[in-house]
Parts: sequence; structure tokens; C-alpha cells
Amino acid sequence: MLRDADTLPLLAIRDLEVRFGDNAEPVLHRVSLDVRRGERVAIVGQSGSGKSTIIGAIFGLLPGDGHISHGSIRLGANALSPEGVVDEDLATAGEMRMRRIRGARIGLVPQDPSSNLNPSMTVGAQIADALAAHGVRGRGTIARRVVDLMTEAGIPEAGRRSGQFPHEFSGGMRQRVLIAIALAREPELLIADEPTSALDVTVQRQILDHLQTLVDARGTSLLFITHDLGVAADRTDRIIVMLDGRIVEVGTPAQILREPQHEYTRRLVAAAPTVAATVRARESAPVRDGDGGISDSAPILVIENLVKEFTIRGQRGSVLRAVDDVSFSVERRTTTAIVGESGSGKTTVARIILGLEAATSGTALVDGHSITASRGARRHDLRRRVQPVFQDPYASLDPTFSIERLIDEPLRIFRVGDTASRRSRVGELLDQVALPRSIAQRRPNELSGGQRQRVAIARALALDPELLICDEAVSALDVLVQDQILELLMDLQSRLGLSYLFITHDLAVVRQIANNVVVMRKGSVVENGTVDDVFLAPTSEYTRELLGAIPGAAFAR
Amino acid sequence: MTRYLLTRLWQSAITLILASLVVFVGVRQLPGDPALAMAGEEASPERLAEIRTQLGLDEPIATQYVTFVGNMLRGDFGASTRTGTPVTDLIATTLPVTLWLAGYALIVAIIVGILLGVIAERFRGRWPEWVANGFALIGLSVPNFWLGILAILYLAVTVPIFPASGYVPIGEDPLQGLYHLTLPAIILGTSLAAVIMRQTRASMIETMKTDYVRTARAKGLGRSRVLFRYGLRNSLIVVVTIVGLQLGGLISGAVVTERIFALPGFGKLTLDAVFTRDYPVIQAVVLIITVGYIVINLAVDLLYSVINPRIRVGGSN
Repeated sequence: MLRDADTLPLLAIRDLEVRFGDNAEPVLHRVSLDVRRGERVAIVGQSGSGKSTIIGAIFGLLPGDGHISHGSIRLGANALSPEGVVDEDLATAGEMRMRRIRGARIGLVPQDPSSNLNPSMTVGAQIADALAAHGVRGRGTIARRVVDLMTEAGIPEAGRRSGQFPHEFSGGMRQRVLIAIALAREPELLIADEPTSALDVTVQRQILDHLQTLVDARGTSLLFITHDLGVAADRTDRIIVMLDGRIVEVGTPAQILREPQHEYTRRLVAAAPTVAATVRARESAPVRDGDGGISDSAPILVIENLVKEFTIRGQRGSVLRAVDDVSFSVERRTTTAIVGESGSGKTTVARIILGLEAATSGTALVDGHSITASRGARRHDLRRRVQPVFQDPYASLDPTFSIERLIDEPLRIFRVGDTASRRSRVGELLDQVALPRSIAQRRPNELSGGQRQRVAIARALALDPELLICDEAVSALDVLVQDQILELLMDLQSRLGLSYLFITHDLAVVRQIANNVVVMRKGSVVENGTVDDVFLAPTSEYTRELLGAIPGAAFAR
Repeated sequence: MTRYLLTRLWQSAITLILASLVVFVGVRQLPGDPALAMAGEEASPERLAEIRTQLGLDEPIATQYVTFVGNMLRGDFGASTRTGTPVTDLIATTLPVTLWLAGYALIVAIIVGILLGVIAERFRGRWPEWVANGFALIGLSVPNFWLGILAILYLAVTVPIFPASGYVPIGEDPLQGLYHLTLPAIILGTSLAAVIMRQTRASMIETMKTDYVRTARAKGLGRSRVLFRYGLRNSLIVVVTIVGLQLGGLISGAVVTERIFALPGFGKLTLDAVFTRDYPVIQAVVLIITVGYIVINLAVDLLYSVINPRIRVGGSN
């Protein structure tokens, strides 16, 4: 087994430079990296660091007018290839050569399982395409291989399910289909581009475990792209840290996490919200005013026996209980987190509190009153006091509005002040969320994700609310930005005396920001207590499972 | 699915009833008098009254409507007030002409439109795209009748490739029939082809940027296979909607085209009937067009679920 080919790198990238457009600044600055045979390498960096551009360059599938302007991407010789032992330079290979390499020698597990499968083709046909592209012939042979691949990827009843369409699969199952596609021709190198960042944490662990088993069994090399240092540390032999199109640090997981050299890596490690690594800075007990008056000590939000049922369309009489007898409360000036995976009912609870959805039974009382049951001035007043911050800062801000218009919209709706006073209020709000006042006339698409989320928070604060409902408010953000937004929220809480209901699937974020936590599963509360109690002594099996699935725990200090 | 179909049929019935009311009242609001048109300018008032009684026009309008609906339901469309020919006979001879013309034009438009749209996407920024875009611009901006006249002038008179006018029933001589319809069909289909081309191109450009197209390419699939199996199929969902909406334009376009090429079709029948205030013919024609619209829309909606599996069976998920 000790041929030359075994010791030489499988993939050797040298001085790679990629530009979009001829005269533009390069987005990759002379990047060099190796992946050896059987090695698992992670590239870690935030969005815009160039990690996805590397994948595009390797596959020869750069979007738009992106092109390689310098450097080489050598794919090590394959002893089995009919051409004999010759290296391939993917940077200069033509379309026909690339077609023989894509899928056959390099497989891709893409990021978002919801957008990477053709919605109008059965999953079986999409896997079959990957086989047919590389010369597998015969209907029966292909069909059998498709079922085998799906079974290997951990999809039950593969024979039946291969005839189904992507929308009939859950996110995790779709990702398994994509893994089956990537492994269809047993490639030597598998490139996984954030393969689980769109999935729930327990599903993420199952999929990564499974992927690792498959990769190990085949001796496949793995290039793993992620923004999550924890995942990278758990799953790979070597971590490459990228910033602004440059490699800033390379090392083993232990080196990177314990002795980061570069300033940026240090910040990344410090911000990585791995559970045990997070130093608890918050008081568990709610902070109260000195006088502790009655109105102040009553909880801002009380949820009692809340139930929400949806009738399933097309099936008369069958009912989905999305929220099943949920009770909890939020003390003033504290943060309560609702944790759960998709489908746990946490967002439905938020919608009921906001008055966007009516409860089937039970109550959600803000300061003793229900928004849905109130009418007229009281309803108006309650709506002012509870404001939402949503997950996706790209989708929740109208792109045609200026930032000023977005932030003062609640003021206009509630007819607060005149033009001049609204303008000065917008200025104040921008100060509060640490954005320069000069951006007031800009549009959302000119801002970064973090800036947009600050705008969304400023908008929510416009009416001096008492309770903010943050629905996955930091999930779409890079880890450093996420950290900054959480800091901002905590700062605003202590300055303005806000209460938060923080809905998230990320336990690490809970640990960082919340006082109390409500763990939900399938519409019910499985655990409810202070963050310390729940994290250190979880009583339910499900909570233990969730905690165990958090990546990077092994490297926590 | 059955329930969906039943709902749709019920809605269609209501649409039909409303349409019949509008037509019935609308036709009677037109200036002009069918009795006068039948008897001529010089007819005596007694003669006019006699004709009105004969046609039932002296009855209250509500009674006339009930009689009209009753007759319709029995399949009796009445007789032309102008010629006395049964309306069903008139329709039976003219409708096939228009259906053949519209169907032919539709096929031409779909083939040309989708092909040019795909070409425009595949060769973005190069000359084939400019040619396709130029075609679309001309097809949309030059009116039908002008194109028709030019086509007759150059393709039938100067260079006699096609006949300038005339109609041979397809049933009698399929080849000659199609040959006579080719030029009218191309002219009628041009603007629809332009719309389809633009829609296909725009939709393909979006689709080819999607993640699943990149994933398909990363499997090692060739560009053309990805273009058709992944790109075109998903782009067609939008195209089908547009075609459905534009089919109405095809029917009104047929009226003009039949006039230019002197085809004895439904359009010509409609125009003649309107000019002579031939109430029974107008009513029948408009109702048939309404039914046509309803059937087309239903077909388009059903076609959706074939192309787009996500909305199949009442839209689970």
C-alpha cells in the first residue's frame, strides 16, 4: 500500500487567486492548502471569507463571471485511471475533463438540503442521474444501486421512498439523499459545504456521525467547510482558518482551540458558543428595582395551559396539536429561552403571544391581558408593549424602504409624534443599537446581516416595548456577529429594563443570554427551569440528548 | 383531487350563468334593431312588429332570458335572424376552422417560444441571444394585421411559397389543409411565441442560478442534460401560467387573422353577427368562447399539478 500516491497529497491547491470580473479585487488571495489521502480537513470562516469560492474553483463551477486568475488546483494521480499516473490541474482543465472528475473523483455535499434537490424530479431519479453521468448503464442496475445508496445513507424504506419527490422528505432526510448522491460514484475526495448548518442539532449530529462512518469506511478524504469551530474540531484532523480570502491559521483542532495564534482565531474561539466554554456572566435571579413594587414583581408574561390545534387540510377531522398544554412565565427584566427543534411548536407559541394567531384554549397574558382577547385601546396598547425580532434580517426588512422609514414605521402606525420628532427618535434608536446615524437614508441591501439585525432591533425598540420576542434572532448570523448582537441585546436589557422571550434551537446561545429555559418537544414542555439547573442537571432524557449533541464540547476548557 | 375538481366545476357553472346574463343583456343594449336589419330600412311598422313577435322580442326581457336558457340547455341555439340557418350549423362549420388555426398557432408559438428562450439562456451575451431578443421585440410590438399583410405580400405574392388565402377543410385533405393554415398560424402565433420566449428566458436564467442546478453539475452531468432535466422543467411552471393567460389573446387574434387571410372561421362569424345584430348567433358565440376559456383554465390548472409535484393532491406540504 505504500506507493508514492499514498504519501502525496490528493488535493494540492497552490497560490489560488479567484476574481469576479477582470479588474476586480481578488476574493481569494493566493490560497495554498493540501488534503492528504484519507485526511479530514476543515475550512472555518465566516460568510465572505472565501470558503465557498474555493469549492466553486475546485469544481470549476464558479458563479457568474468568477474565474481563476492565478494558481493551480492539482488533483493527485489516480492509479486506477486509464490515463496512468498523471496529476490533473483543475484550474486549467476543460469542461469535458471536469465532467469526468465531478461526481466521480470529487463529490459535493451542499449546504442547504431545501434548495439543492430538483423539486420536480423524484429523489431516485436524481441519484440515478449521478450514476448515469459516469457511465453506469441498465435500468435495473441503476435502480438497485439507488436503493443501496439510499439505504447506506440511512434512509428507511429506500425502495418506496426513491419514487418520492423532495418535498415529501424532511430536511435531514433530504441531506441524506444529497449524501447518497455525493457518494454514488465513491469519490476519493468528498467536499462537504456546511452540510448540516440548516438542520436541528440532534439531526445534525446523526448526519455527521453517519457521514463520518461512510467516509471512514471508504477511506475517502474529506474537505469540510463550516462556520462552526465546534463542528470542525469534533470532525476533522486539521483546521484551516480563513478570513477575507486569506488563510490566517492552520493547525490541529487542539492547537487551534487551545493555543490560537492569530488574533482573528482567538476572537473566533472566544466567541464560539460552545456550552461549557462559555463563562457565565449573568445572574440567574431576575434583576429587580430597589423598591420591588407589586406591578414590577408580577411576571410580564404568563402562559397557562396554552393549546393550539391545526386541522390538517384534505383530511377531515384530523388535527395537529402544535402546542400542547404549555405553561411558563417570563419575569420582568429577565430572559427566558424556548429551545426546541423545528416542529416543536416554539414559533407557534410566539405567534400566539404576539396576537398573530388565536389559541385553541389556554391563555397567553402580557401584563395580565391577552392580546387576542383584547379590543380597542387595550389591544393597541398591548401591541405596543410586545415587539418581535425575526430570524432572517434579509427577509424581514422591506428592501424598498430606507432604514429611517423601516425604523419609524411603528411610530407612524401608532401616530407617535410629528416628522421632526420621529426623525430625532430614529437617531436615538440608531445610537442605541450602535449604528451610525448616517445610514438612515440607506436601503437594507447596502447593509450587512449584522447591521440589518440591528435595524430590526431598533425597529422593535421604537415604541418603548417591555417585552421583545426574538424568534431565532441570531441564527442566521456569523458567530462573531452573533456574539455582538447578543451583547447588544444584554446591554439594552440592563439599560432599558427589557424582558426577552428568546426562541432558539441553539443551546449555546441559551447559555449565553438566558436566565430561564423552557425546553419544548412536539408541542409540549419537557423541561422548565433556570439555565444552570437545566444545563447542569437535566431531568429529561431529551434535554440530555440535546446537550450531548452540541459540537465542540470535548475541547471546552 | 375529486373534491378539487368538483369545486372547480361548480365555480365554472357560476361563471357560465353570469356570462350568459351579461351577454344576454349586453347584446340587447347595443344600438340597432335585428328586426330592422332583417326587414330592411323601408319596412313598414307592421312588418317590423310581426318580425319582433316571430323572434319573441316583444316579450319581457326576463321571459326572453328564461326561454333562452331553456333552449340552450336543450342544445337549441336558435336560428340566425339574418339567414335563418340554425346557429348550431353555423358553429359546426366555422368552429373547426378556428380551432385548427388556434391549435396550430399555439403549437408553433410553444415550440418557437421555448426553443428561442432556451437558446437565449444558453448563449447569454452572445449573438443567438440578441437574435432571440430581437425576434421577441418585433413579435410583441408589430401588430398582427401588419405582419399578416407583409407576410402575404412577401411570402405569398412576391415569393409564392404559401397561398395568400383560402381554406381547405383538414378532414378532406389534411396536407393541403395544414398547408393553407401554416401562414395564418405563424402570424397568429408570433406574439404568443414572443411572450413565451421572454418568459422562458427569464425563468431559465433564474432556475439555472439555483443550488440544485449547481448540485446537478457537481454530479458530473453535462450542461445540456442539466439545461433540460433541471432547468427547463422547473422553468415551465411559470411558462404554463403565462400560456394559459395568453390563450384568450389567441382567440381574439384569430378574429383579425381570419379576416386577413379570408378564412371562414368563428371570428368571421362573430364579426358578421355583431354587424347585423344577429342576437342568437352573438349569444351562442360568446357562450362558446366563455366555455372555451373555462376549459382552458381548468386544463392549465390540472397541467400544473403534472409539472409541479409540490401542488399535487390538494397541496400537501
